[in-house]
Amino acid sequence: MAPIAVKDLVKRYDDVVAVDGVTFNVAKGSITALLGGNGAGKTTTIAMLMGLVLPTSGQVRVLGVDMVRDRYDVIHRMNFQSPYINIPMRLTVRQNLETFANLYGGANASARVAELADELQLNAFLDRPAGELSAGQKTRAAIAKALVNAPELLLLDEPTASLDPDTADWVRAKLFTYRKERGATILLASHNMIEVERMADRVLMMNQGRIVEDGSPAELLRRFDRTNLEDVFLDIARGRRHDGAAAALPDAPVGKTLAGE
Amino acid sequence: MWTNTVIEHAGPRASAKRIAAMVRRYAFLVLGSAPRMIELMYWPLLQMLMWGFLQTHLAASTSLFANAAGLLVGSVLLWDIMARGQMGFSLSFLEEMWSRNLGNVLMSPLRPNELIAALMTISLIRLTIGLLPVVLLANLFFGFNLFSLGLPLAAFFANLVFFGWTIGLTANGIVIRYGLGAESFAWIIVFFFLPLCCVYYPLSTLPEWLQPISASFPPTHAFEGLRALLIDKRFEPYLMVKAFALNVLYFSGAYLLFRYFLWQARIKGTLMQIGE
Repeated sequence: MAPIAVKDLVKRYDDVVAVDGVTFNVAKGSITALLGGNGAGKTTTIAMLMGLVLPTSGQVRVLGVDMVRDRYDVIHRMNFQSPYINIPMRLTVRQNLETFANLYGGANASARVAELADELQLNAFLDRPAGELSAGQKTRAAIAKALVNAPELLLLDEPTASLDPDTADWVRAKLFTYRKERGATILLASHNMIEVERMADRVLMMNQGRIVEDGSPAELLRRFDRTNLEDVFLDIARGRRHDGAAAALPDAPVGKTLAGE
Repeated sequence: MWTNTVIEHAGPRASAKRIAAMVRRYAFLVLGSAPRMIELMYWPLLQMLMWGFLQTHLAASTSLFANAAGLLVGSVLLWDIMARGQMGFSLSFLEEMWSRNLGNVLMSPLRPNELIAALMTISLIRLTIGLLPVVLLANLFFGFNLFSLGLPLAAFFANLVFFGWTIGLTANGIVIRYGLGAESFAWIIVFFFLPLCCVYYPLSTLPEWLQPISASFPPTHAFEGLRALLIDKRFEPYLMVKAFALNVLYFSGAYLLFRYFLWQARIKGTLMQIGE
């Protein structure tokens, strides 16, 4: 059973189609990246996987469960991190993490927080209000929140956004280790092509609510005859298909890319 | 390190644990901040002093107030039970939105009913912190001991705080659906009921056409009951039963509205981008 199984997923907000008939499965223990420009539909897709947004049509099954009907059957086995959602700023990191450990049904919240603090190096700021932390510390605290229940499925929306390269690399290494040791499945939305090249087993490229490419980073590089994913991203964003033709995407400049000029 | 740490996620024990976690989280916010604690007592104290002095003045010139000591102070304290009950319920919820934490909460195993239960509990804690010192000071300054009302006080309290939660739940539903742009609604909605629920005057004072409307709100019967107790020295249980029945009706409506707005917010996708 695939931890994520999405079929013909559509999300429409009045006249705007945010997600337009997306179908994909994610294999257990894999790291899959959702790539795409702003407004491509990545965050909406992740929100539907979490059950925070209801699809207009189509199916979303997570860990074998229909997320529209039965999300509470599996919600304790998954977790997420998003730059659009904060942990409360006035509470200390410890208070925040203990709250979430208890919400997720942990047996011993303080022991769990102590483990996370050691693993993610939070001890120096564990008793400081979250609002007083630097961007890097906030991200580490948010990652700790996302791992508080040791989830089988982790949904990450731009996990290293606004981090310096060193901290971003550190976060990636931790997530990679987590996946390896726990056998967890990770789906991440990102604009960071280096991150995706380093972490992902598979890339789903989204454009205007659709999945327009699907493959491993190496396959995509081969398919587009590029040396890095950023150029592949630009090709897709600007409407150049891997066969060299202009894609039939509305508003896409035809036949050339900045990288190709 | 990366073992499965979730021990219990279903059943009443897990549910109680989640409610306790949220109550603890709200309590951290209130108890960890002296300005917030002071703010909880500030308005009730000012109101009590103002109405207390007015009552002292009126008692010297009118027989009604001379014979019914504590009529105004009692009314204002009961009004504050309702108003602060609503605000404690709504503001704790707004904290989630101000801190952009609502997504974390709604994405966790916490059920909406558990969130409501946690908000009710923290509302009671905030009420105790805000009103207990004021009740004690009312006795010190004006010789009115709210606790001397005895068992009827429990009935007044239950009915008023229940209606406060109903208003709070409605306000929270509106804010969840329309975002923080509708936040001011949570602050002012309770005052709509101040003139209508006959806090300081009997129901018969209102124009005839307005009386049935006023009587359809549970707090009106609680305040009528308080006046019966203080002026006529008799407790009217049927008023409390009527208030309770109306409360059940209103709370059910508010609950359904909240769940509907939550559903709508999931359709509209507003839970991910909640803010101004």
